[in-house]
Amino acid sequence: MNSPKSNRQISGTTVFDGDAARKGYALNKMCYSFNAQANREEFLRDEDAYCAKFGLNEQQRAAIAHRNVLELLEAGGNAYYLAKFGGIFGLDMQDIGAQQTGVTKDEFKAKLVAAGR
Amino acid sequence: MAKIVGSITTSHVPAIGGAIAKKLQEDPYWKPFFDGFPPIREWLAKVKPDVAVIVYNDHGLNFFLDKQPTFAIGAAPEYRNADEGWGIPVVPSFAGDLDLSWHLINCLIADEFDIVTCQEMSVDHAFTLPMALLWPDQKWPVRTVPVCVNTVQFPLPTAKRCYKLGQSIGRAIESFDRDSRVLIIGTGGLSHQLEGKRAGFINKQFDLQFMDSLISNPTWATQFSDLDLVEQAGTQGVELLNWLVARACLTGRASLKHSNFHIPISNTAAATMLIENQG
Repeated sequence: MNSPKSNRQISGTTVFDGDAARKGYALNKMCYSFNAQANREEFLRDEDAYCAKFGLNEQQRAAIAHRNVLELLEAGGNAYYLAKFGGIFGLDMQDIGAQQTGVTKDEFKAKLVAAGR
Repeated sequence: MAKIVGSITTSHVPAIGGAIAKKLQEDPYWKPFFDGFPPIREWLAKVKPDVAVIVYNDHGLNFFLDKQPTFAIGAAPEYRNADEGWGIPVVPSFAGDLDLSWHLINCLIADEFDIVTCQEMSVDHAFTLPMALLWPDQKWPVRTVPVCVNTVQFPLPTAKRCYKLGQSIGRAIESFDRDSRVLIIGTGGLSHQLEGKRAGFINKQFDLQFMDSLISNPTWATQFSDLDLVEQAGTQGVELLNWLVARACLTGRASLKHSNFHIPISNTAAATMLIENQG
């Protein structure tokens, strides 16, 4: 039987499927650890050591260093786990949305309001 | 025998937890969302459910990707919320209902739903915030049974399968040999997308059509694949699957008692419905 997995692309969208889950496992596991305050503090004390502990690859390590959400997605990150990473820096979903779409936070919020009209 | 009183569906955006903590219910940004709840609370005070079956998705509090069940049911005496990493206050714990949990597990597996059972389970904002919206004093008057649906890792369960799961849960509840008034809660959605260059995507027309379909043609959404739902409702809009399960639990005539729809709350089209189970 052929795999029912679809290769369909949806513009501007990363679907967190098996390929992403395999690629992003170490990164997502590190972000999952940020549920605990002690781990968030440990990350902030020594980011390099903390990333090494979870075995992040070079691409993942660079994306974390850049605090860049599109790069983190490309490295296999899942939005829900990345949100826990963003939480360390007090970033909310409009900050993250603005960064990914290349607009200011106010512009991003205005776009959301416009979607309601 | 147990009786299903109705289904309440609502969005579960984490920022709602922050707004509750800061008492922003009357703030102009938040008011249009919070105003959707007083009529529902009045209905709850009248029908007095004693158990809630809560259909939701975990976002990486209880389950990590090391084990990602498609459908999981809680069978714990108590469910606790915990730090999710972004500082929303933790709410008081929830009492479980072991007899109903195991009745559902036994019935669902006999009905060919091979669900994961959890005797320990943390519950995240997708479970806690709807409860806090329904009972703002956070003195939960109901025992609870969590039903967790995977909307995190694709492939997701199909909409058709989610609908059948709801039907099976509904039949199981109504065969439960205890005088109980059971409320179904479905959480998440509606359209929103957190990630990628399409972040901020909202589809008002699709959301309104979906809400209407829950009354007029409840199997309408079962035509869509998981990727169809991503395209129409966004990567997180797929949480509407929880609504579909909750709607399909209703065994009688579905009567819309209240609904609310407001764009935006955070990045999300925020919606609420109260559907009574009649007859």
